[in-house]
Amino acid sequence: MADLAINGDSAIALAWKQIDPDVCAAYPITPQTIIVERFSDYVADGEVNTNFVCVESEHSALTLCTASSSAGARTFTATASQGLAYMWEMLPITSAMRTPVVMAVANRALSGPININNDHSDAMAARDCGWVMIFAENVQEAYDNAVMAPRIAEHHDVQLPIMTNIDGFILTHAVERMTPLDSKDVKSFVGDFKPLYPLLDWKNPVTHGVMDGPEYYYKHKYQMVEAMENAIKVTEKVFKDFKKISGREYRLVEEYMCDDAEFVAVVLGSSYGTMKAVVDELRAEGKKVGAIMPRLYRPWPDKHMTAALKGKKAVAVLDKHAPIGAYGALYADVCTSLIDMKDAPAAYNYIYGLGGKDATAKDFRTIFEDMLAGKAAKYTFMGVDE
Amino acid sequence: MAKITSKPHALTDKPFHYCPGCTHGIAHRLVAEVIDELGMEDRAVGIASVGCSVFTYEYFSCDMVQAPHGRAPAVGTGVKRARPDNIVFTYQGDGDLAAIGTAETVHAAARGENITAIFINNTIYGMTGGQMAPTTLPGQMTQTTPYGRDVKEAGNPLRVCEMLATIEGTALIQRAALDSVKHVNEAKKAIKKAFEYQDEKLGFTMVELLSTCPTNWGLSTEDSLQWLRDKMIPYYPLGVYKDIKEVRR
Repeated sequence: MADLAINGDSAIALAWKQIDPDVCAAYPITPQTIIVERFSDYVADGEVNTNFVCVESEHSALTLCTASSSAGARTFTATASQGLAYMWEMLPITSAMRTPVVMAVANRALSGPININNDHSDAMAARDCGWVMIFAENVQEAYDNAVMAPRIAEHHDVQLPIMTNIDGFILTHAVERMTPLDSKDVKSFVGDFKPLYPLLDWKNPVTHGVMDGPEYYYKHKYQMVEAMENAIKVTEKVFKDFKKISGREYRLVEEYMCDDAEFVAVVLGSSYGTMKAVVDELRAEGKKVGAIMPRLYRPWPDKHMTAALKGKKAVAVLDKHAPIGAYGALYADVCTSLIDMKDAPAAYNYIYGLGGKDATAKDFRTIFEDMLAGKAAKYTFMGVDE
Repeated sequence: MAKITSKPHALTDKPFHYCPGCTHGIAHRLVAEVIDELGMEDRAVGIASVGCSVFTYEYFSCDMVQAPHGRAPAVGTGVKRARPDNIVFTYQGDGDLAAIGTAETVHAAARGENITAIFINNTIYGMTGGQMAPTTLPGQMTQTTPYGRDVKEAGNPLRVCEMLATIEGTALIQRAALDSVKHVNEAKKAIKKAFEYQDEKLGFTMVELLSTCPTNWGLSTEDSLQWLRDKMIPYYPLGVYKDIKEVRR
């Protein structure tokens, strides 16, 4: 297919159209709304065979999606911010029922105060609910992640739901150049959903969502932990297969100019692009700097991050959410990957971009300057005028 | 020259952000006039919702609390239980009151909370850009129903007044419209009565105001008003669905 000028939400809707899921239920919320609007056009025009349900809330959306997935239907939904928060009761239920629902999350600041702009406070608050989580740097990756998501989630070694995260407005609404795949390639890449123990199998009746006592609850949780670990290998395999149909190569932990870098910055989402521009600028000045993005955020790609950070002098970890009473979630994760390392780099936490506050290349440059000058602090809340 | 009219004191000086032709401005003014006339400004507390009316707190000069999506009646209940002599009103659209907040609405009414809900029904989710609401009319085109609402798939529109009128805890349930001088005057009387009933602690009161959304309906201001008359009023008949004083008589 020819390249398109398209925003991130519409790119995801296009991927969904090519995948043609069985069921989709959603409630409008800014900045996700374009996804379900475009997708409902495809439904109305008969371009997909999806059963699309306009439910009355996000809680109902995810409840419905979990149930339809357990009935054996490939099921997609999308939300953002308060919508994700309102789904929270269902998030660990969806994963515990091992229903591989695919959910696009247009990352937006959580209330309060109410704010519609981008940060990662919604995703970070949901990070330990048993969902695989991937992030995108740009519109192309928003589309590519949407194509790859069902393959990761539905793999029988995983069987967990997945969130494909894109930065609200920065990616959801901004138009970029994007190379889509042929629909038949997407179809054959994604394949059929083969649920393990679906409802409505008359010969083998099953019960889903049962109560566990302490003994089985423990085992149940451990199975989820194992399944999540399996997602590391499965995601790597899916990335490899995806390269064959797209020519685009992805890694669990993306590295930019890191081979000989002494100072690196770890960042998630669209900010990775900004950080790469800053790295280019500083490299031109002879500074040995690099940038890292954990494309796969859950499961945490521990070994890959350790390998990426080995031999560095210092690492700055940027968190786009407000950890109140602790350090940033990404920082804490990165620190776990440094714990067993001999001569581990110093690690600094920078909080930035909350509630849509601009995060410019100039701001990011100061992070490297701090590290280069030996002036970086363990914790910096950037851009607050005191 | 003698001044014959002025802005109600209960409205701030902030210009409304609403789209041209939207009837939110009329609804705001009616509520403010009633607060002025009943002398309630110093004890009124408004609850802003989520949707186009999220910034309601900018426009009323009384105390305001902004509630999470759909939770305005729960927030209103909390304020009212703590300060039973205050006059507490929620200001909610159909995406808030009749979709994500249906449970809060029904249960606040069931408990007979002495609060007043001002319910703006424009048959569409306005702020998010015009998707189908539970109140969207059969066949009505929206962003998520591009060829019109198919009731076989999406069910039939919810008639909130009719539903709440069956609940014991309600004192006044009335539907009015903002399409004409006659209807606007009726709407104001209904709002005034609701606030008075609340002051008398008679129970939950709600005034539904049939409103326009020219932007998302894709109609001019004038055509929107006509569409309200031709399409909305037949499906959502105006009138008093419950008046506890009439019932008692």
